[in-house]
Amino acid sequence: MSWLTEYVRPKIRGLLKREVPDNLWTTCESCSQMVLVRDLERSLKVCPHCGHHMRALANERLAWTFDDGVYTKIELPKVPVDPLEFRDRKRYTERLKDARTKTQLDEAMVVAHGKLGGRDAVVAVMAFEFLTGTMGAALGEAFVAACRLAVLQRAPLVVFTASGGARMQEGMISLMQMPRTTIGVQMLREAALPYIVVLTDPTTGGVSASFAMLGDVQIAEPKALIGFAGPRVIQDTVRETLPEGFQRAEYLRDHGMIDMVVPRKDLRETLIRVSGLLGARTTPLPAELPVLNAALA
Amino acid sequence: MRQFLDFEKPVAELENKIAELRQMADGDGINIDEEVQRLSEKADKQLRAAYGKLTPWQKVQVARHAQRPHALAYFERLLTDFTPLAGDRLGAEDQAIIGGLGRFRGRAVVAIGTERGHDLESRLVHNFGSPRPEGYRKAQRLVQLAGRFGLPILTFIDTSGAWPGIDAEQRGQAEAIARSIDLCLSAPVPIVASVIGEGGSGGAIALGAGDRVLMLEHAIYSVISPEAAASILWRDAKQANLAAESLKFTAQDLLSLKLIDRIVPEPIGGAQRLPFDAVDALGEAIAEELEPLCALDSATLRTLRREKFLSMGRDSLN
Repeated sequence: MSWLTEYVRPKIRGLLKREVPDNLWTTCESCSQMVLVRDLERSLKVCPHCGHHMRALANERLAWTFDDGVYTKIELPKVPVDPLEFRDRKRYTERLKDARTKTQLDEAMVVAHGKLGGRDAVVAVMAFEFLTGTMGAALGEAFVAACRLAVLQRAPLVVFTASGGARMQEGMISLMQMPRTTIGVQMLREAALPYIVVLTDPTTGGVSASFAMLGDVQIAEPKALIGFAGPRVIQDTVRETLPEGFQRAEYLRDHGMIDMVVPRKDLRETLIRVSGLLGARTTPLPAELPVLNAALA
Repeated sequence: MRQFLDFEKPVAELENKIAELRQMADGDGINIDEEVQRLSEKADKQLRAAYGKLTPWQKVQVARHAQRPHALAYFERLLTDFTPLAGDRLGAEDQAIIGGLGRFRGRAVVAIGTERGHDLESRLVHNFGSPRPEGYRKAQRLVQLAGRFGLPILTFIDTSGAWPGIDAEQRGQAEAIARSIDLCLSAPVPIVASVIGEGGSGGAIALGAGDRVLMLEHAIYSVISPEAAASILWRDAKQANLAAESLKFTAQDLLSLKLIDRIVPEPIGGAQRLPFDAVDALGEAIAEELEPLCALDSATLRTLRREKFLSMGRDSLN
């Protein structure tokens, strides 16, 4: 339990109660119609005109998912910062600092636990707003911590993915998060706990090619872009017009890569139902679960 | 015909001169030994100097050199009784990944590698070493086969990356890579992974989650190609050189970051100069790494493999 006492400092955060002026408007990036911001918050950021699912912030996801929007965030494990001392047009440490200021998040993943349909659940949400949800050491560590927490609580893990891929500024350390997060998934599997992935727009690169595609049940939001290579890279390689709807949630469903496409308004109910069904064993567990020591180390 | 890289030009000139001398002297009875000896020594010295301090960008050129030994060359020289196996059993066969059964120094093993091909025809057959999902699914099948029969797995990584094509995406490239990593991590048998040329991102790590990860001296292993990094991060494709410096993808960088376990020295002038020597050197290193792993039971192996990957990147915590 040592890591729990070290890392987990509960912070209860209720629903995001930001006051929005009644007359604030925004434009839907899909149908270009004007939408009242207040209406948008009520509709879970889905355009009331065309049903377009706008990108959501990590904190919004948590509030929408847990019972009554009540959850406890865990403090994420610390990792070495900027081991490569990377600098492109800007220092990586500066990019991190800017992202933290802008998003008020530590990293591109937020992990919380609470109740989902009355039962304990751990939810990990990727924050696309934080350096396009790229995966570096901190994110890998956060995901593994989420898996460990689920194992300790004997609770299902739900992950919402949104990522541009690997955090290039961490070089090979970012690539190594692919096996590291996969080990997290294996811990859940060996503890016979449900692992449910909700793919949101966009999920690409190293995230899609690791924990995002290893769920017991794979759900995606409508029209979410999901793929390994980005559409532009593919276009440049094959020099063909990409098919209509290519790499969208519905395309993946039609090609057998995911179980279902679920509109945002039905997500919470679906997660409660699926985790409830997967968690309701009708045959006994094996006497000794092969949970490796690594899971609890 | 030996293919020279840009930075090898001085060496190329000397070697051409030697060849010319030899041709001129042919049958003339002129004694050119002394001059040839002098030029050879000079060429050798220049080659040593150049290869002793290759820049990351030069290593990219060396790692991608067309005359480097590719996976098939390692299979042919290191394995006896090699028996290729094919197909993903889901409807396809992808020769970008090759694999099969064989004996490595007497021990039955499963070998898997990404193969780039060596001429136009074979490059097309092997899709330039860029696998599609069916390639990874064939690899998964071989990993599972190895597990069932208790055969160690040797992987040989040399790819610019997984194939970014419409068909590949349609058939689930992301899932195929994820599942390969998953199965390698849970394999109940030893896995020794060797990066022999270019280790290109997700397409490479799919076969890279081994108990031991080896790299040839001038191989590279990167999350993204320096060219792509340059155009994304610097918004200037011409900055590949700078990107190469920054990404820390050389074997030497990765060993000091503790992301790989061992560097295998290459012949002077790179593996492309003396391919057999390079293959033999890697064979020797693999044998040394494999031996102790074969003594471990499957649960211990898996636990140690997990701990190895879980501890990556934590060490330098300050």
